Amino acid sequence: MHANSLYQEVILDHNRKPRNYGKLDQASHHAVGHNPLCGDRLDITLQLENEQICDIAFQGESCAICKASASMMTAAVKGRSRADAEILIHEFRELTTGKLDIGHPHHLGRLTVFSGIRDLPTRVKCAILPWHTLHAALNSISSTSTEANNESTQAV
Amino acid sequence: MNSVNVSLKSEITSDVDWGRIRSDFPILDLKIDGKPLAYLDNAASSQMPQFVIDRLVRYQTKQHANINRAVHYLSEVATQEYHDARCKLQQFINAHEDREVIFTSGTTDSINLVMQGYGRKFIKANDEIILTTLEHHSNIVPWQMLANEKGARIRVVPINDNGELEIGEYEKLFNERTKFVGLIHVSNALGTINPIKRMIDFAHRYDVPVLIDGAQGAPHMSIDVQALDCDFYAFSAHKLCGPTGVGILYGKAALLESMQPYKGGGDMIASVTFEETIYNTIPHKFEAGTPPIAAAIGFGAAIDYLTAIGLENIGAYESTLLDYATDCLVQIPGVKIIGTAKEKTAVISFTVDGVHPHDIGTILNQDGIAVRTGHHCAQPVMQRFNVPATSRASFAFYNNKTEVDALVAGIKTVQKVFL
Repeated sequence: MHANSLYQEVILDHNRKPRNYGKLDQASHHAVGHNPLCGDRLDITLQLENEQICDIAFQGESCAICKASASMMTAAVKGRSRADAEILIHEFRELTTGKLDIGHPHHLGRLTVFSGIRDLPTRVKCAILPWHTLHAALNSISSTSTEANNESTQAV
Repeated sequence: MNSVNVSLKSEITSDVDWGRIRSDFPILDLKIDGKPLAYLDNAASSQMPQFVIDRLVRYQTKQHANINRAVHYLSEVATQEYHDARCKLQQFINAHEDREVIFTSGTTDSINLVMQGYGRKFIKANDEIILTTLEHHSNIVPWQMLANEKGARIRVVPINDNGELEIGEYEKLFNERTKFVGLIHVSNALGTINPIKRMIDFAHRYDVPVLIDGAQGAPHMSIDVQALDCDFYAFSAHKLCGPTGVGILYGKAALLESMQPYKGGGDMIASVTFEETIYNTIPHKFEAGTPPIAAAIGFGAAIDYLTAIGLENIGAYESTLLDYATDCLVQIPGVKIIGTAKEKTAVISFTVDGVHPHDIGTILNQDGIAVRTGHHCAQPVMQRFNVPATSRASFAFYNNKTEVDALVAGIKTVQKVFL
C-alpha cells in the first residue's frame, strides 16, 4: 500500500489535535502500555461507573499512527459500556491484522481509516497499542506490552 | 588511522570508479513501489556484491562437505577453503597468527564468547567492568549478566553533547578493581569513531584487557590489531558485504589459550572419555560443532572484494558522502542531527521536529528510501540525548549523491505531510 493512503487527513488531524489527551485526576482504572520495539509508551486512565466508561484520557510518547489511534479510540469508547468497548477492541484488532471483512456489519465507523495498516506489518503494533492498553486497563492489568504473548502474565 | 583517511582523501578517491562498483550489487537495481531503491541502512546490514554471491554458489555447487573430518575429496576441499577464509581474515586485521581468528555466528556471539570464556573464569565479586554510553546492547547485556552472576560492578564512560566519549572520565574510572574494558569502536547509533588506541594503551597501564566491538569499525577503515594492541576485536560478515550468520572474534593467542570454552561438542576436543575431555587447541577449542562453512567462505570472498577496493578508499569516499549529506540536512529547518563528533563514519542520526521517527521511516519508504528508525539497540544513547528514537541514514561505498538528494527530498515530503 501507499503510505499516503494511511496518513489520511483524519489521522493527521487527530495526531495534531488529539482528543481526550491528558490524565484523569479521578480514575477507577489505569494502565500503561509499552511497545519495546520502538520505545512508545501510552498511559490510559478511565472512570468506570455502572459498567459505563464515563470518562477516559490518554497521554504518552508515540508516533502519529499510535496517537491518532488512541485519540479516535477514546472518542469512540467514551460513554459506551465496557462490553461495547471490548467489542470495539476485538474488531479493531481484527481490522488491523487483516482478519475483519469490512463488507460485513461492524461497529468501527471512522476507525476503518486504519484498515490500510494491515499491509505495513511493522506498523500494526503502533495502531494496536492504545487498544491493547485499554483492554489491560479494563481488566485491571496495570502494565502491558505489545510483545506480551499472554496478557495475564504482565499483571504487576 | 582516521587521520590517514583524511590525508589520503583527495588523491585516492579519484582513482576509483564508484559507479562501476555500484553495479557490482544486483539488489541496488530494485524498484520499491516503482521508485529506485535508496538503501541507506548499511549500519544494520550491508548488501552483497555479485562476486560474493558467485563464491557462495561455487561453494555449494562444487565444494560443499563437512570439514575437519573425512578423508574424501570434498571434505578436504571444504576444509582447505574454510582455513583459507580464516587466513584472509587474519591478514585483513593483521593478526599475528591465523589461530587467533575464531569464527563465531557474529559480533554478539563473539562478545558472549569473551564474557563466558574470559569473564566467567577471571572476573570475580567486586571487580569492575568499564563500558561506555555508546555501547550497543550486545556489549552491555552480556556484561550485566556476568556482573549479576558474580557480584561485579559495571562503570560507564559518559559522552558529551556531540556524542564523543569523555576520555578524562574514562581514565578516572580505573582503579585496582578494574578487570575489563568493553569498548565500541564506532557508535552504530551516532557514527562516532572512538579513540580506541589511546584508550587501549591507558587500560594496559593497569593490565586490564580490552574488547573492541568492531561491528561498525571494520567495514569502514583498515584494522591492525597488532598496532592497536587490543586484546579482543569482534565483527560480523554481514556488515562487510558478506553473509549473515558468521563473524569473527580476534583474541591474543595467550588470552584465548587461558580461557575456558563455552560451547562443548565435536571439533573442539582432542580426546573424550566419560571421565575426562581434553580440549582441542585454539581456534578449534571455541568452534564446537559444524561451523557456518559456506558463510565463512563467503566472508573470505567479501574480504577479497573489499581489499581490492581498499579500505582507505572506502573510508575516504564514504566521508565525502557524509559531508555532502550533513551539509544538505543541516539546511532543512526542523531537522536536527544527533551525534556531531569530529571523527565520524558515514552515519547520520536525525530527528524532525514534530514527527516521530517511525512516521518518517514509513513515509520515506514510499519513496524507496530505506532508513532505520528506532533506538538502534542503543537505548542509553537515546536516553543521553533525551529522545525516544531517531531516524538513521547510514551510507556505504556503493551509495551516491543521488541517493542523498532522494533522502533530502523525502524528508521534505515528510514535513509537508505533517505541516
